[in-house]
Amino acid sequence: MMSGLPVPSSRTKDGAIYLDNAATSWPKPPGVAAAIVQFLEQSAANPGRSGHRMSVEAARMVYQAREEIASLFGAPDPLRVIFGQNITDAINLVLHGFLHPGDHVVTSSMEHNAVMRPLRVLESKGVSVTCVPCSPDGRLDPQQIEDAIQPKTRLIVLTHASNVCGTMLPIRLAGEIAHRHQIYLLVDAAQTAGVFPIHMEQDSIDFLAFTGHKSLYGPTGTGGLVLGTRVDHELLAPIRQGGTGSRSEHETQPGFLPDRYESGTPNSVGLAGLLAAIRWISSMGVEAIRSHEVNLCNRLLVGLAEIPGITIYGTQSASQQTATIGFNIRGVSPSTAALQLDEEFGILCRVGLHCAPAAHHTIGTFPEGCIRFGLGVFNTMDDIDQALFAIRQIAREVQ
Amino acid sequence: MNASHAVILVDSTSHALRIEKLFQASGLACKLIPVPRHLSSDCGVCVRCNSTDLPLIHQVLDDARAPYHSIEIL
Ligand SMILES: Cc1ncc(COP(=O)(O)O)c(C=O)c1O
Repeated sequence: MMSGLPVPSSRTKDGAIYLDNAATSWPKPPGVAAAIVQFLEQSAANPGRSGHRMSVEAARMVYQAREEIASLFGAPDPLRVIFGQNITDAINLVLHGFLHPGDHVVTSSMEHNAVMRPLRVLESKGVSVTCVPCSPDGRLDPQQIEDAIQPKTRLIVLTHASNVCGTMLPIRLAGEIAHRHQIYLLVDAAQTAGVFPIHMEQDSIDFLAFTGHKSLYGPTGTGGLVLGTRVDHELLAPIRQGGTGSRSEHETQPGFLPDRYESGTPNSVGLAGLLAAIRWISSMGVEAIRSHEVNLCNRLLVGLAEIPGITIYGTQSASQQTATIGFNIRGVSPSTAALQLDEEFGILCRVGLHCAPAAHHTIGTFPEGCIRFGLGVFNTMDDIDQALFAIRQIAREVQ
Repeated sequence: MNASHAVILVDSTSHALRIEKLFQASGLACKLIPVPRHLSSDCGVCVRCNSTDLPLIHQVLDDARAPYHSIEIL
């Protein structure tokens, strides 16, 4: 897909094939590492704390990252982009800062623990939670979301796509439902930001949480939350307080955006990399990235389906899922398969429960979990063929 | 030449950078400078422009509904 550009290799130094992009994408696009080094060497002063030119330059880079995020997600105001460590940070901010005892939340049975664990804590404090069951292939019927809404419901929380089997959830329909009932929608876009078009206005998303190190192809330690135009930030309490470089004469937390939620020096070095990554995504085009991943996913799905003893989870249709494929080999535990894949075949993937016990209950793989191949934009058809060869060998040994 | 400056005070560096972008897009000359000590005890930056540009400054800020604290003439 990337003719003319130097394409980073999906092979590690020792020749292993990286298929763990759903955990953290690797390699990073050309220019990301260079942007980090350049920022560190030339302008890595404290952004926005001091007034000197280097501090301003650092703050300018952070602001550009806000602009790129806003424009990628169809959000009109860069000041409503709030940076944090990762998506877990962002989800915690919304759940703990927006919900009060007595409130009711609707979520799905495909969520990551980044959603479920804060919700379980909130439950113990008087927030009630309805977890709408998804079908065994991970699909969510939007009617069930609507049926779960109660007079006290304030928020719908949904992952955009499962991190276990790639199934997409109907977030646009959920947004319409939320707005019809005058409640709010929080979307966990960990697996989709950068690969699927997301438009906060058109998709009726009130809170969009993202992480930099997965499908946005940036470094770890970056992520954040974008507030939709309907959200009155007075209703979202900051969950941390501290220095912001603004209003330093006051010992109370500032109320304006984004400082209200951004206490402490941000990961500007990481954001320099994220900025370069998003610019690369924009230059390639989200659709082109997606279409390459669909081709890879399709080849893998078709190939796996031909191997005796393989169970594939999810929709088994490349056009209806992300390029993350969950499967099992009959007679082989996921952990045994992982070791063999790594040591004998040089294939790096993630097995087990993927921080999403609810999702594994839903697809019927709890507690053993499954093997997950997380494909990325730098994988090649040859990577897929090698992976299929390995799975064929492992499956043959036990049949 | 002793042209006076208009200084736009803002709550946050992010707000100053937003204004810088808006002004650049409108062809307004500006510079981010540390907030002059006598204007505020704060540690951040503000946006300095030529005071002759005040009408356009107001227009651009109002059109974009860009948050700012106040405009001072130096
Ligand atoms: C759907 C989903 N949500 C949340 C997370 C948490 O991401 P992070 O560790 O970057 O906060 C992940 C990845 O681990 C994920 O796949």
